[in-house]
Amino acid sequence: MNDAIFSLKKVSKVFPGVKALDEVDLHLYPGQVTALIGENGAGKSTLVKTMTGIYQPDGGEIIFDGKPVYFHSPHDSHALGITAIHQETVLFDDLTVAENIFLGNYPMKKGPMTKFSIDWPTMVARSQEILSSINAHMDPNQILRELSIGQKHMVGIARALSVDAKVVILDEPTAALSHHEIHELYDLVNNLKQKGKAILFITHKFDEVFILADRYTVFRDGCFVGEGFIKDTNETQLVEMMVARSIDETYPKKTVEIGETLLEVSNLCHTTEFANISFSLKKGEILGVYGLVGSGRTEVMQALFGTARHVTGSIKMNGKEVTIHSPRDAIDHGIVYVPEERQKQGIVLELPIVQNVSLPQMERLTKHGQIDEENEMSLARQYCERLQVKASSWQEKVMNLSGGNQQKVVIAKWLATNPKVIILDEPTKGIDIGSKAAVHEFMSELVDSGLAVIMVSSELPEILGMSDRILVMNEGLIVGELAREEATPEKVVSLATGGTVTC
Amino acid sequence: MLKRFIYSREGILSLIVLALFLGVGMISPAFISLPNSISIFNDTSILIMLSLGQMLVILTRCIDLSVAANVAFTGMVVAMTNQYFPQLSMAILIVLALALGALLGAINGLFVWLLKVPSIVITLGTMSIYRGCTFLLSDGAWVNSHQMSPSFIALPRFEILSVPVLSWIAVVAIIIVFWAMKYSVWGRNFYSAGGNPTAAFYSGVNVGKVQFYAFLVSGTLSGLCGYLWVSRFAVAYVDVANGFELQVVAACVIGGISIVGGVGTVVGCVVGALFIGVVNNALPIIGVSPFWQMAISGLVIVIAVIANASSDKDKARIILRKPNESDDSVQAPSH
Amino acid sequence: MDTIIKKPTTPDALLTNRLQKFFRWEMFLIILVALVFVMNSYLSPYFLDPWNLSDATFNFTEKALIALPMAMLIIAKEIDISVAAIISLSSTLMGLVAQLGAPIYLVVLMGILVGAACGLVNGVLVTQFKIPSIVVTIGTMSLFRGISYILLGDQVIREYPEGFDFFGQGYVYWVFSFELVLFVVFALGFYWLLHRTTFGRYTFAIGNNPTASYYSGIKVDKHRLILFTLVGLMSGVAAVLLTSRLGSTRPSIAMGWELSIITMVVLGGVSILGGSGTIGGVVLAVILMGLVTFGMGLLNIPGIVMTIIVGLMLISVVSLPVLISLYKGKKAKVL
Repeated sequence: MNDAIFSLKKVSKVFPGVKALDEVDLHLYPGQVTALIGENGAGKSTLVKTMTGIYQPDGGEIIFDGKPVYFHSPHDSHALGITAIHQETVLFDDLTVAENIFLGNYPMKKGPMTKFSIDWPTMVARSQEILSSINAHMDPNQILRELSIGQKHMVGIARALSVDAKVVILDEPTAALSHHEIHELYDLVNNLKQKGKAILFITHKFDEVFILADRYTVFRDGCFVGEGFIKDTNETQLVEMMVARSIDETYPKKTVEIGETLLEVSNLCHTTEFANISFSLKKGEILGVYGLVGSGRTEVMQALFGTARHVTGSIKMNGKEVTIHSPRDAIDHGIVYVPEERQKQGIVLELPIVQNVSLPQMERLTKHGQIDEENEMSLARQYCERLQVKASSWQEKVMNLSGGNQQKVVIAKWLATNPKVIILDEPTKGIDIGSKAAVHEFMSELVDSGLAVIMVSSELPEILGMSDRILVMNEGLIVGELAREEATPEKVVSLATGGTVTC
Repeated sequence: MLKRFIYSREGILSLIVLALFLGVGMISPAFISLPNSISIFNDTSILIMLSLGQMLVILTRCIDLSVAANVAFTGMVVAMTNQYFPQLSMAILIVLALALGALLGAINGLFVWLLKVPSIVITLGTMSIYRGCTFLLSDGAWVNSHQMSPSFIALPRFEILSVPVLSWIAVVAIIIVFWAMKYSVWGRNFYSAGGNPTAAFYSGVNVGKVQFYAFLVSGTLSGLCGYLWVSRFAVAYVDVANGFELQVVAACVIGGISIVGGVGTVVGCVVGALFIGVVNNALPIIGVSPFWQMAISGLVIVIAVIANASSDKDKARIILRKPNESDDSVQAPSH
Repeated sequence: MDTIIKKPTTPDALLTNRLQKFFRWEMFLIILVALVFVMNSYLSPYFLDPWNLSDATFNFTEKALIALPMAMLIIAKEIDISVAAIISLSSTLMGLVAQLGAPIYLVVLMGILVGAACGLVNGVLVTQFKIPSIVVTIGTMSLFRGISYILLGDQVIREYPEGFDFFGQGYVYWVFSFELVLFVVFALGFYWLLHRTTFGRYTFAIGNNPTASYYSGIKVDKHRLILFTLVGLMSGVAAVLLTSRLGSTRPSIAMGWELSIITMVVLGGVSILGGSGTIGGVVLAVILMGLVTFGMGLLNIPGIVMTIIVGLMLISVVSLPVLISLYKGKKAKVL
């Protein structure tokens, strides 16, 4: 245990109202891959940001090479050779590929007079080298904006490899990669391992853990749960540590009688995001949509909700063709959307709960040109109570609520408009387990009351546990449709990563 | 390389400026003579230098509306120092102008850096404070040419290779800023901090500090221009360069410096300023009253931002596989 | 485990909430107003005369009329710095039709319509081309005033129809001028619009989170367009009053007013970043600035010193909250 190059000891990080990390431990060893396992909201991203100096810990200590260190800024952790591939690509759209790779670590010219001068030719040449070493073929002089998401991700990886790092952190690196790219990434990780780097591999896909990792550490709700060698454990054990309960019990799937067709989408196309999207949705049905990050699933849903431009194709509600050019149109036709980016698109954080709930139907709550506040309050109370939103008052600002309760406010807002179709985009992302179960339970209740639900998710258990039917998307296309009975994790993942299903 | 430049927006703008220049030359051949060309550049020198400073500020998603007031205040201080201490050497006066300008810029920068207050509010405020202080200092009086020392007035006019020193200063400023923006880490930081502040922070760039530097440079250049302005026009008074900040912002916007930050080049900035310079000089030649000047620069700003906006409208991510993209995946999607 | 922690929430909870908010910034303003009032009456024996006080209102009523819609625009995360230029263009066109012998109602209508049209232009540019409003209005600021210069040059128009002076100089009853009464009416109107109607609610929602507002079915662009037009329209109204009060039009009319108008709004507690503010606060700020200006007039302090004070007020008003929270934040960390 003494040969760990990088250790966290009893590290805590507190945000207003949330203890994101509660005295967690983590050890990384040279030449070994440590897998960090945990559900969404377990504190993995916070941990990465603490390790890279983006956040400063509120307690505990960080030990590098046997010495305690303190990172005031990302610069300090960079300087020690700690590099991370972040979950969301943190790159510069208007700069070239080469500069994106070397930003913060520019190669300088040699010589006394020119040492303050960036050596562009060397930068381009070395970028080319790094890119070919990871089999990413692109022109280093290209502007990043012109690349696809997968390519941008490769640039992010190249960037992490450009420094001579001792510690490499990969935060869910395979989330947006195709089947083929994932295997190349595995080779890369093994390669780094051979070179003696300490690697932290964050994921929630178990197959990856068993392929790549030597050790594991499990977090749950911001707490350290356990660690050990991969060879001494198995999947069931890890899952139990991760969720502290077994999977099957978590999904309160009710059998609801499926009614007539409600929504029919045919041949929906977009110039750059998706093509040939056709599917139908019946009353009482939960349609699961699965795909990697960047597979176009969110874009399709946004097209249904009227926020995407340049969309062609037809959308029918109850057999009648409808045109949806704005969220207003969608809401008026009974289609509502609970977005993935809740805080950005779902709610107005600074406004009270009651005003958030009433926002889409203010016109209905206006009397003699003036807002009828009593009516507004009773509407909000009715739906927030139904969803069991926990708040000290309905006048409380939404920003003071937990993630799960914020999500409930978004759903309450939409239910108050009496929708027919409700689209849930990653409905349980970043919310605690208790709220998660509540959201799942509520989905069952919704379809029971005659609504139709489209659920977009990248959590396989959720998709398999809740859906009546599953659509799988890859690179902007629907690549498969599976009934609940025929869906297995292997089939779904293989379709989503560009493989084929052998039935 | 050349082809790339011509198709870039700087290239297109350069061609427009050139066409405009030659077009006026068709009407009045004297306009495109070498001496007149030098004179146009000389007229535009101050605008170019101020625009270079403004470019850095705009790159970092800020704006500096106090530049013209800075010019007036520094100009007044330098002119009055010269008036009361005529024996003081020019070198000291220029250092004074630079230092004072830098100080005024630093005040803006500190508010933006440390208090994270929107730059538009701060510089709108300092704009009137600096201008007001100019009044307090001079008590509304003018410093006229006969109150200035001969060398004070002669310096920017002194010709080297038949080009006035004023122009040479602008050329040096262009070269320094060009080098810094292309080859120094310090300069590249303006692009990263403005292009994606979060990512810049992740990469170890102190975004607030970069913004501070932008205001510092803008202020320093304004200070230098303060001296150059009063010396060139041989007069200092409260309303010097009144409203000039708009022309400076206009030059940047026309030159393709994106107001949302992170995009823009020195070449674009200089050509944008030259565009305004050529138009201003051409108006009397083609017989248009100088009262048109203001409306034209307003119109040009509006057109330029519309052109900018429509060129980077499509910011969607690209998910569908492009037919020409090298396909290294297992199989092409079929449907 | 699913116990709902919930106090009874009746509309009286609403009231306390609103009162709490009111008592923070607005109380501070009320105290300041009272202080300045006492100081003024102490400094000058002429201050407390009702006619003198009434005269004092002419200092700010025109600006205040624009500050009302400007507050809503800034709450909605936009800004318009072309308002003074709109006054200029509106006044110029009023002058031109008056010169042609138009009757009063046509002159007034012209002023208001030109204002609204200018606002509409701003709104269209901002919403259709997705250009930041600050850039658009910097451009139209020179454009609108530039057009005035093209139309008038250095001319001054004084040929207004008989009776036109009522709007800027007339009294409705005793010491209550037409301008003051109009301001009170509009202040009440805007209070109702912002704090009591759906339109006002949308304004706050958009200012806090335009994306989520759009996703909630609000037609964000249309809303912004209306706000810009409203600001233009009120600038037109202000142009009528100002032109009537001065009895003349020149292109340089209302120069620099945008600064004092934005200062009024920010001083009134409207967040420059959008999302919060009250009409009550803006009205108090208007009164405060009017009293300060008037007091300085009584003390014979030149007007340009006022701009320094306005600038200082603007900066301190936006910086103070940040400083306080920084101070509190540091203290909290120690504990």
